Amino acid sequence: MADYSMTTPLKPEDVDKLRAGDKVNLNGFIYTARDAAHKKLVELLKEGKELPLPLDGQIIYYVGPSPTPPGKAIGSAGPTTSFRMDPYAPLLIERGLRGMIGKGERAAGVVEAMRKFGAVYFAATGGAAALLSKRIVKAEIVAYPELGAEAINRLTVENFPVIVAQDRYGGNIYQEGQKKYAR
Amino acid sequence: MPKAKKRPKAKPKPKARKKVAKKAPRPKAMHRKKVVKKAAKRPAPKKAAPKKAKPPKSAKPVASVREISAKKIADTVARLAMEANFDLEHDVYEALRRGVGMEESLVGKEIFNQLLENAGIARDERMPICQDTGLAVVFVDIGQDAHVAGGALEEAVNEGVRRGYTEGYLRKSVLGDPLKRVNTKDNTPAVIHVRIVPGNKLALWVVPKGGGSENMSKIAMLKPADGVEGVKKFVVESVRVASANPCPPIIVGVGVGGSFEQCAMNAKRSLLREIGSRHPDPYYADLEAELLKKVNDLGVGPMGLGGRITALAVHIVAAPCHIASLPVAVNINCHAARHKTAVL
Repeated sequence: MADYSMTTPLKPEDVDKLRAGDKVNLNGFIYTARDAAHKKLVELLKEGKELPLPLDGQIIYYVGPSPTPPGKAIGSAGPTTSFRMDPYAPLLIERGLRGMIGKGERAAGVVEAMRKFGAVYFAATGGAAALLSKRIVKAEIVAYPELGAEAINRLTVENFPVIVAQDRYGGNIYQEGQKKYAR
Repeated sequence: MPKAKKRPKAKPKPKARKKVAKKAPRPKAMHRKKVVKKAAKRPAPKKAAPKKAKPPKSAKPVASVREISAKKIADTVARLAMEANFDLEHDVYEALRRGVGMEESLVGKEIFNQLLENAGIARDERMPICQDTGLAVVFVDIGQDAHVAGGALEEAVNEGVRRGYTEGYLRKSVLGDPLKRVNTKDNTPAVIHVRIVPGNKLALWVVPKGGGSENMSKIAMLKPADGVEGVKKFVVESVRVASANPCPPIIVGVGVGGSFEQCAMNAKRSLLREIGSRHPDPYYADLEAELLKKVNDLGVGPMGLGGRITALAVHIVAAPCHIASLPVAVNINCHAARHKTAVL
């Protein structure tokens, strides 16, 4: 298992070299979106309309941060459970999304899209939200401010720590790791 | 009543009252003995003094009605909501510390360390431990001799939640309707569970509950023939299916017996018990230990990435049930098992 430092947007070769279990420190921009924003994005794509964020090579972080207290860049910001975004993710991957950050295993449809179009799924530590917020130096609302915590933000991250949970080759640390420690 | 008889009785009375007060906040879920004791001491001298000074007013009930202001309830709930989200309770923190030593997976160890570091940052900077500051679940045990003055109990609790979640920059995660899905923007209404108990105090538990772990809850109406083996199978299977989603290391709350709704409620209530405490009934203490081993043998591990510590504890609350029934409910709590309590 390797250690990498990567900067967004991710290049196809970045995704290609990542394997389940690798640790990655992310730098640059990542975008936040969860249930409500995903619904809107996919509706826009289906209507053939333009999205409020770029997808090509980008990473979406499944997070609904807590409100930003005075003097901070952002509130606490840990990952939410990813499977709720499974119905929407394949279309976004098809349109160029290269990475997702969340927690918990992804469905077969997402895995297939990751394989076909080249994308990677990262896990961040759920519930380590105050710690993770320290690696976010800036947050700007890009779309849907009316959604509150579910608005799409562009985050500037520095050494944001994630683990490759599922790679584009079907590697899956949930299944491999759990098998290893089951008795 | 003659005074002569009245006076000698006046001495033992405060003792009797103390006992009532101690019992009031229900010993089962108690983890804050200090708070209870302090609270129990306070009213006793107040009442003992006037008894001696005013012997003519003899027909007073043993426990007089005590007023608790709605404002005080709101203030306390607001404070507890913030504290619960910023300051991980001691029992959970210690369980995480023990977990670092017990976990065999290196990634798992690293996650435990991240969680401990996270708890420190949250406490020092008054940041939420988790961005999902939850549904505000509030348990209220109100003494039958307590009177809420100056407002409705439910509104006081909601006012506290509203203020705590706004002043504390906590996330507002509540929708006014499950299908129309519009955010109420102040995290109300709280989920309030009220119980009437002996005494004249009011005990509050504020237990913010995140969506990720709540979504992994399950209930089943087993056949009596399924017995304890059926219960074990259901609990272990629920944790296996939940896998990484509820943010392991988890606390597994189990309700067994009772009616459908009571069983679910007991699973939730079991999460109030101090981690590391032993079930008072040896049968259930053994069952908890066996289930904890079975659950950890799944290998799910911290954040589901594989490891030896999937759960920090299994807590069971059993209740009498119908001859035809064997209900079992599992309510999972994430490692950010937030709970704060106070007695008014």
